[in-house]
Amino acid sequence: MKDLNAPRPGLRAVPRAVNWNRLEDDKDLEVWNRLTSNFWLPEKVPLSNDIQSWSQLTQQEQTLTIRVFTGLTLLDTIQNAVGAPTLMADAVTPHEEAVLSNVAFMEAVHARSYSSVFSTLCNTADVDEAFRWSSENEHLQAKARLILDEYDATGSPLRKKVASVFLESFLFYSGFYLPMHWSSRARLTNTADLIRLIIRDEAIHGYYIGYKFQRALAGLSEAERTEIKDFAFALLFDLYEVESRYTEQLYDPLGLTEDVKHFLHYNANKALQNLGYEALFPDDAVQVNPAIMAALSPGSDENHDFFSGSGSSYVIGKAVATEDSDWDF
Amino acid sequence: MSGLVYFSSGSGNTQRFVEKLGLPATRLPIRASAAPLTLEAPFVLICPTYSDGEGRGAVPKQVIALLNRPEARSLLRGVIGAGNRNFGAQFALAGSVIARKCRVPLLYKFELAGTQTDIIRIRDGLDLFWGRAKATA
Ligand SMILES: Cc1cc2nc3c(=O)[nH]c(=O)nc-3n(C[C@H](O)[C@H](O)[C@H](O)COP(=O)(O)O)c2cc1C
Ligand SMILES: [Fe+2]
Ligand SMILES: [Fe+2]
Repeated sequence: MKDLNAPRPGLRAVPRAVNWNRLEDDKDLEVWNRLTSNFWLPEKVPLSNDIQSWSQLTQQEQTLTIRVFTGLTLLDTIQNAVGAPTLMADAVTPHEEAVLSNVAFMEAVHARSYSSVFSTLCNTADVDEAFRWSSENEHLQAKARLILDEYDATGSPLRKKVASVFLESFLFYSGFYLPMHWSSRARLTNTADLIRLIIRDEAIHGYYIGYKFQRALAGLSEAERTEIKDFAFALLFDLYEVESRYTEQLYDPLGLTEDVKHFLHYNANKALQNLGYEALFPDDAVQVNPAIMAALSPGSDENHDFFSGSGSSYVIGKAVATEDSDWDF
Repeated sequence: MSGLVYFSSGSGNTQRFVEKLGLPATRLPIRASAAPLTLEAPFVLICPTYSDGEGRGAVPKQVIALLNRPEARSLLRGVIGAGNRNFGAQFALAGSVIARKCRVPLLYKFELAGTQTDIIRIRDGLDLFWGRAKATA
C-alpha cells in the first residue's frame, strides 16, 4: 500500500492542524483577540452625515481629498493582495498564520471603506478621475514599487517585515493627515471616525509584525543584524525621499506641507520603534501640530503631564475600564 | 530617591524606554508563574496598555497581580502610562485606570519607547516628585 504521508517532490507537506490551546507564542493569541474584537465594517459609520460638510469644501479641497483616499486605497490593496499573504508564508507558528489571515482580510475592508466614502459623498466622474490620477502618479507608483520589490525579493523574511512595517506605520500617514486635519476643523467628522478605525488596526498590524521581526532578529548573528539594520534605514531614507515629493505635490497648494512633514517624521520614528530601533528624526522635527494629535486620540487627555505642574489628577479614565474581574479591590 | 517598577512584554518598548531613562528600575516578570517581587521602598510604576478596544483589560494581568497585594500597593506613589496614540481615546489608558483604582497621581503618558523629550521631562519630573514627597513625609 502507498504511504500517503511520505513527502513527494513538488507537493506541499500537510500542515499541522492549529491548536489554540497549545501556544508557542502568547502574543499570537493576545493579538488575535484584539484584532477580532476590533472587527468592523464601513456600514457601521454614518458617513452620510458628512454630506453637508463635504459640500462646504472647495473644489480644490474635494479633489485633494479624493486623491489622497485613492492613494490610501492603493496601499491597502497591496497589503491585502500581496503584503499580508507574503508574510503568511514566513509565519513561524500556525497561530501567526491565522493572525495574518485576519490582517489580510481587514486590509480588504480598509480598501473597500474608501469606496464607501466615495459612493456616499462624491460623484462618479470625480472618483474615476482620481483613480486614474493615482495609477499615473509617479510618486505614488514609486513608493508602491519600493515596497513590492521587497515583498517579491524572496528569501528574506526580515526584509519583507521591514517593508510591511514601513508601509503600515509610515507610508499611510501622508494620507491619514488630511482627514485628521479636516476633523480638527469640525469637517467630515464621520469620515474621520472611519479613518481612526483604520489607524487603530494599522497600529496593531505594525506592532505585531514589528514584534515578529524582533523575535526573528534575536536569532541572527551580530553581522546579520547589522546588515538588516542598514537595510532598514536605507529603505526608510528612500521612502522618505518619495514621501516628501508626494507630500509637496499634494499639500503645497493648501500651504500644509510643513505641517504634514512633521507628522511624517513623527510616524517614521514610531515605525522604527515598532522594529525595536531608535528614532531617526530629532525631537524638534517631530513636533506635530497639537490639533492633529488631538484629532488622533480625542478625549485621551492630551499631553498629560503632571510633572509640568498641572496639579493632581487621578479622576480621568472611563469607569468601564476598571470593571475588570482580575482586580481584587 | 525611591524606585521605579515597570512591566514590559516581549515587544520591549517599555524596556527600551527605561534603559534610556537610566534610573534604577525593577522589571516585573512576564511569566505569571514567576515568584512575586518583594518591594521595600515607595515606587512609581510604568505600565503599557493592552486593552480590548472597549477599554477592558487595559492593565496587564501581571501588573494587576502586583497591585492586588496590599503591601505592594501601599508603596505605590504614582503611575506613568504607556501606549500608542493610534489607539485613540484608549491612549495609555492603563495609566488612568491604575491612578483611579489606587488613588495615586497619573504622572505622565508616553508613546512606545518614548522620545528624548519624554525622557528629560520624566527624569526632571521624578527628581522633583521624590523631593516633594520627602519634604512632606
Ligand atoms: C493587543 C494590544 C492592545 C493594545 N492596546 C492599547 C491601548 O488600548 N492603548 C494604547 O495606548 N496602546 C495599546 N497598545 C500598544 C502598547 O501599549 C504599546 O505598544 C506599548 O509600547 C507596549 O509596551 P511593551 O512593548 O513594553 O510591552 C496595545 C498593543 C497590543 C499588542
Ligand atoms: Fe490597512
Ligand atoms: Fe495593515
